[in-house]
Amino acid sequence: MDQKGIELMDPILKGVNLTKRYGKVVALDNCDFELYPGEILGVIGDNGAGKSTLIKALSGAVVPDGGEVWLEGKRVRFATPNDARHAGIETVYQTLAVSPALSIADNMFMGREIRKKGLRGKLLRQLDKQAMEQFARQKLSDLGLMTIQNINQAVETLSGGQRQGVAVARAAAFGSKVIILDEPTAALGVKESRKVLELIADVRNRGIPIILISHNMPHVFEVCDRVHVHRLGKRLTVIDPKNHTMSDAVAYMTGAKEPEAA
Amino acid sequence: MKKLLAGSAMALVCTAGSAFAEAHATSACLITKTDTNPFFVKMREGAQAKADELGIELNSYAGQVDGDNEAQVAAIETCIANGASGILITASDTAGIVPSIQDARDAGLLVIALDTPLQPIDAADATFATDNFLAGELIGQWAAATLGDEAADAKIAMLDLAISQPSVGVLRDQGFLTGFGIDTVDVTRWGDETDERIICNEVTAGNEEGGRTAMENCLAIDPDINVVYTINEPAAAGAFEALSAVGLQNDVMIVSVDGGCPGVADVADGVIGATSQQYPLLMASLGIEAIAQYAEDGTLPEPTEGKSFTDTGVALVTDAPVDGIDSISVEEGQELCWG
Amino acid sequence: MADKSDNYESVLGGATQNVASFENSRKTPLMRLQGTLHHTPSLVPLIVLVGAILIFTGWLGPRFLPQMSLVFQQIQIVGILALAQSLIILTAGIDLSVGAIAVFCSVIMGQATFRYGLPPAVALMVGFAVGTGLGAVSGWLVSRVKIPPFIATLGMWQIVLAANYIYSRNETIRARDIREEAPVLQWLGNTPNEQLVVWIEGLRGITYERIRPNVTDQFWLDLIWQTKITYGVLLLIAMAFVLSYMLRATAWGRHVYAVGDDPEAAQLAGVNVNRTLMSVYMLSGFICAVAGWIMIGRIGSVSPSASTGVVGNIQSITAVVIGGISLFGGRGSIWGAFFGALIVGVFELGLRMAGANAQWTYLIIGFLIIGAVAVDQWIRKVSN
Repeated sequence: MDQKGIELMDPILKGVNLTKRYGKVVALDNCDFELYPGEILGVIGDNGAGKSTLIKALSGAVVPDGGEVWLEGKRVRFATPNDARHAGIETVYQTLAVSPALSIADNMFMGREIRKKGLRGKLLRQLDKQAMEQFARQKLSDLGLMTIQNINQAVETLSGGQRQGVAVARAAAFGSKVIILDEPTAALGVKESRKVLELIADVRNRGIPIILISHNMPHVFEVCDRVHVHRLGKRLTVIDPKNHTMSDAVAYMTGAKEPEAA
Repeated sequence: MKKLLAGSAMALVCTAGSAFAEAHATSACLITKTDTNPFFVKMREGAQAKADELGIELNSYAGQVDGDNEAQVAAIETCIANGASGILITASDTAGIVPSIQDARDAGLLVIALDTPLQPIDAADATFATDNFLAGELIGQWAAATLGDEAADAKIAMLDLAISQPSVGVLRDQGFLTGFGIDTVDVTRWGDETDERIICNEVTAGNEEGGRTAMENCLAIDPDINVVYTINEPAAAGAFEALSAVGLQNDVMIVSVDGGCPGVADVADGVIGATSQQYPLLMASLGIEAIAQYAEDGTLPEPTEGKSFTDTGVALVTDAPVDGIDSISVEEGQELCWG
Repeated sequence: MADKSDNYESVLGGATQNVASFENSRKTPLMRLQGTLHHTPSLVPLIVLVGAILIFTGWLGPRFLPQMSLVFQQIQIVGILALAQSLIILTAGIDLSVGAIAVFCSVIMGQATFRYGLPPAVALMVGFAVGTGLGAVSGWLVSRVKIPPFIATLGMWQIVLAANYIYSRNETIRARDIREEAPVLQWLGNTPNEQLVVWIEGLRGITYERIRPNVTDQFWLDLIWQTKITYGVLLLIAMAFVLSYMLRATAWGRHVYAVGDDPEAAQLAGVNVNRTLMSVYMLSGFICAVAGWIMIGRIGSVSPSASTGVVGNIQSITAVVIGGISLFGGRGSIWGAFFGALIVGVFELGLRMAGANAQWTYLIIGFLIIGAVAVDQWIRKVSN
């Protein structure tokens, strides 16, 4: 993909001069951020660089002290993660935010269940389980994910990769504009990581831009179109993984090397 | 907890007060098992009225639940610290409280056990109580006399107090059996009888809920029960509900002990055949008088002749009197009832 | 350059790509049982219940089975409280105040009628409102003030019980007064089976001088007559159905499970955790008030010193735990609590009828509690 081509478009999600302080610690220091339509943007940075605060500011989990967030050219203010979700920003947390004892379908529709039409839905508030199961199965197989036979099985009976798949499918299923993935491969084995990476590329190919936070350099360099390097509470630079090595990235991240003037 | 705090606050106030009025104010303590049971509420009223009359200062304490020994120990300690002349106590743990009682007596206080004798009974200077055995005996005799010849093949349900067999429950139960003419085997335990007329021994906790369940359990064992002994009137009311549910309310005789106002009203309504009435008000007022006497000249109260305690009396309340057994009518009972 | 990084994974081409599929091969019968129980947790108490009934029927002969309707009557209060307790425990909470609220509400219903002269139907509403309100207080303490449920309800238990004694002055309202002046309060103690038989026989012109004998020439009517069922028992069963529907088939029910499973995950997934908790505690308070109404039907009178106020919480928790509902929240079904209450009832009555010392009941219930939790732990292992 041509980087310049992307730059010509307007960013779908943009952060301007974001600032967040925790007492004396400055977690975000006038940080800028851009995500363009149709891309996978990697976010890397050393521990304590403030990348998780950046992500929380974008997903509504943290209200920044200063700066602005823009979504599709409109200024947005998120007070809670739910605000961000309603605006179309889905986050897949490292903990996955799934309820282990509930079924795959229940989990996919948690907080946005479908009720039956007519009296049974209105008066008895009965859920349309059939529609929900069908939708869930559809979404999972769309993503080429699942050979899951029983959509009603409890999430805790799934493997780590399958759970991740359910969480990603949930994020991608509801017409979202942006998906944020927080360390999706951190807890997975080699085989399962591979599957999840394929899944991420798949979601991007469906046109949903993705922010990928990861410590795993090979994974970041493999799937990302651009990589946002975070250091000391702000964006140090954005690199193209095709023109840089992983060693470069690590050097920028840790301050061992300064990027050429952008 | 709140009660303890209130108690110690009261103690502070009282010590402060006694600094001014040391020589001439006599004070007494009343310690009951709980302050929610109407029996103890009435007892406190009786004590307060008599204390006001004699110009004695009265402090009342209670445990939070029946069986709360710690709160009673703390109350005794407060009374000793207050320099009270005497303590009236209905002990929750009749054996466990004895060391604290001894402390109080060593400190020169007169200790009178009300309603519930201590173990041993002479751990207190005196005991003012209902003769619970006699109370049971009266209803036993009345039941046997009322049944007449049928008493020989009566089917009896015994609805007792608690599985731990507190003395008041044992005395009433064994008194009833003695009055009815049944061998009690060991008179210090209920449930060891071999007489086939006794269908069941169930416990009720002395309330309606327990009474109903206990009666149902007995009916499940034998639906032909025709005599029901109950530890108190709330248990009797519960048993009556169980009997009504199976249409037996008119075929079964219920007898009870207590003489509370709702219980006497149940006698009037035919729910209970006869009940033995006791007099908590009298116990308390006699107790206060004894403490006043002791504070004045050191006289100790004397027990009733032939008994190890001072009997405050018991009367059989029924509208169906039988020859040879003294009883009072429901109207008289209603005048004397408590709660 | 990026190519280099991929080298170490290139060998994976030889491995199976079918990573996300299920291994449905080689399951031992034990594992299959584990899976079934995981899916239907109320199966365990149901098996225990049926087993207990069979054992007592074998032991005591044919006189035990007809007493099952008595078991239902004896467990109706605990059963209703167990339903309320289940809701709370599903959210990983615990409610020590259920029994106290029930007794207090029954007192409110009685006093509203007899002290303030309200019509009994209005008095019932007042009682329900007070129960719901007390639940709301607990819910507010748990969800907003973030007081652990154990502490919040421990406090509420004491407060409600004390308020109950103070407000009622520990005076009992007698059964006869209620029967004559406010029969609605006792309505749940009525027996529709008897009403039905009387109605049918009335149509046929059959009347009896005093009460109907248990045995006539009409076999089916006799059977209905002898199967004692009260409206309170029917209400208990109906409420179990309604709650099970709400938990299984509505979004609210799914949220209750999710909140109990992992409140943070539920919050992140878009569930309003505070509102869910609040609704659960309020509903539980309301159900306790219903238990208060049932109490009046069962014991006839309104008694502030009913044992339920003090021991209702432990009895309901026992039923819930025996019913296989996990104290860690998020697992179990309302039917489990219902069966759990019945199990306790069957053992209590069965052992009594067998003439065993009452302590044996508690001993066996102790074993059942520990056994139920052990089974719960085993079932959870299905995920590993």
